[in-house]
Amino acid sequence: MIVTRLSLTDFRNYRSVDLDLAPGPNLFVGRNGQGKTNLVESLGYLGTLGSHRVSSEQAMIRQGADAAIIRARVSHEDKELLLEVQLNRTGANRAQVNRHQVKVRELPGYFSTVLFAPEDLALVRGEPSLRRRFLDELLVLRNPRLSAVLSDYDRVLRQRNTLLKSARAAGVRGNDLSTLDVWDERLITLGSELIEARGRLVAELQPRVAEAYVSVAGDDHHAMLASRLSVLAGDPDAESDEQDIRTVMAAEEVMARFRESLDRLRRSELDRGMTLVGPHRDDLVLELNGMPARGYASHGESWSFALALKLASAGVLRAESRVGDPVLVLDDVFAELDESRRGRLGAAVDDFEQVLITAAVFGDVPPALARNTVQIERGTIVDARNPTGDTEPTPVEERMSDVAD
Amino acid sequence: MYEGIVQELIDELGRLPGIGPKSAQRIAFHILQTEAFDVSRLAEVLVEVREKVRFCEVCGNVTEQERCAICRDPRRSAATICVVEEAKDVAAIERTREFKGLYHVLGGAISPIDGVGPEDLRIRQLMERLADGTVTEVIIATDPNLEGEATASYLSRLLVQPNLRVTRLASGLPVGGDLEYADEVTLGRAFEGRRVVQG
Ligand SMILES: Nc1ncnc2c1ncn2[C@@H]1O[C@H](COP(=O)(O)OP(=O)(O)OP(=O)(O)O)[C@@H](O)[C@H]1O
Ligand SMILES: [Mg+2]
Ligand SMILES: [Zn+2]
Repeated sequence: MIVTRLSLTDFRNYRSVDLDLAPGPNLFVGRNGQGKTNLVESLGYLGTLGSHRVSSEQAMIRQGADAAIIRARVSHEDKELLLEVQLNRTGANRAQVNRHQVKVRELPGYFSTVLFAPEDLALVRGEPSLRRRFLDELLVLRNPRLSAVLSDYDRVLRQRNTLLKSARAAGVRGNDLSTLDVWDERLITLGSELIEARGRLVAELQPRVAEAYVSVAGDDHHAMLASRLSVLAGDPDAESDEQDIRTVMAAEEVMARFRESLDRLRRSELDRGMTLVGPHRDDLVLELNGMPARGYASHGESWSFALALKLASAGVLRAESRVGDPVLVLDDVFAELDESRRGRLGAAVDDFEQVLITAAVFGDVPPALARNTVQIERGTIVDARNPTGDTEPTPVEERMSDVAD
Repeated sequence: MYEGIVQELIDELGRLPGIGPKSAQRIAFHILQTEAFDVSRLAEVLVEVREKVRFCEVCGNVTEQERCAICRDPRRSAATICVVEEAKDVAAIERTREFKGLYHVLGGAISPIDGVGPEDLRIRQLMERLADGTVTEVIIATDPNLEGEATASYLSRLLVQPNLRVTRLASGLPVGGDLEYADEVTLGRAFEGRRVVQG
């Protein structure tokens, strides 16, 4: 799918902008702090209801304004959709598809995007929680129901941890805690579902990551993924590889191991007042030529791995999509890469239907991706090489109608 | 912030469940400005409700007598008890006119975060009602959320006794709606929770 037109009103540093976009690569250039990231962040929001920069939607509303509007016309084959979302300073946000009110959380069902950003390096070098989030976000995009499983799991975890803490405070021992079983049951059911779903996703990502790594890094290094599962661990704090598996465990097996671990660890859980096993303690292990990437891989290698993960996730979404490719967004990525990686990343994304790229330095971007260039200065488009030849400016449309959610 | 008593009124209203600061302000000004609004009647009812209403000795439902209207009604079947979290759930089920048995109000659901354990619910009273064998079915109708499910599963472990059937209300798609408008979370859950109807 491609975005044919993007309009922003009071979004970040944009008062009002209307922009036609071309199929294939679109490059946004401009000095630092002019609004390049802001522009692509708006599309990221439509696709994921989140931002790679902040968790608060308030920051996306232009300072001094009380609502921001993102409006994108997207097309796939001969079908066109108009997606709109209004972010309000106070009160609920609103969304429309083809001028019909929809729930905001339904928007990602109509538009998919994969964003590459300098922050992605943390996928390789950062904490396990970042890799869990990478997997979980992809899981939810593919299967929206899992968002409910994830939030239920978090809540069971909080309930169970609170119970363990209060039991510790009251000096309750092991089996006297009759309600713990009830929470264990929920924890195991929901947790096993997540473990299994992540496991299947990792298996699908594996060949794609290996292939993408080779194409981005340009060498025959072997990039491998493994799931580190705390339910397989003897000692929950040890980083032993008995926890690492490369195959998908069947649901019954996961549940059995989960139950065993909880039984075995009940004492320590009561001592420490927290849940020591489950998907919230798992990790996605990244290996390069048999060594863990975290702590071993060079800077360039780590970057290649991060890009490979993102390319693989785009590949997974593309393979399942009924509305064409996800729109790729490469925010400031080329500045981080050396010359040869730039060219190879350019080639790897070239066959996606649409790629949006931001760069402060025009020359950082491979020439093949600079066919359609838009110059951005202080929240305005100063020079758009008009890709569609349609020069008529569209008037800023009125606010989205005030219909309750 | 308003001066003195006006702010106090807003603060008190804001303490009520479901009323945020904005609604509290709106209600406060309605009370202040609307002449037709009978403040003394509201005050009377508030005091009266505290004095008169209590909880049914048997089921925990709200009543003005020792036992509630449902428990006193001889036409209701004593063989079935429907267990709910709150008295307002009794009212909701009554509106369906579907159920002809008796109720048992737990007074909440198990939730460690909120400091509620089984000992804080009317579970002991429920066990006492089951002791003489009159009751042959308990329908667990706690809320279809995590805490409601946890409470249901705690009860179903506890209620294992001869000649007693324990059932749980099915949850799933809202009726009256179109399948195509159900959101994917609800629809996804409905698929997970599907029942065999044949074979
Ligand atoms: N809510 C907002 N209201 C007004 N201005 C905002 C808002 N949020 C961000 N900005 C401004 O937008 C500018 C940043 O824009 P953006 O992050 O898109 O820059 P960029 O062009 O990507 O720069 P770089 O090349 O450094 O990445 C900053 O000047 C910031 O102050
Ligand atoms: Mg930027
Ligand atoms: Zn009663």
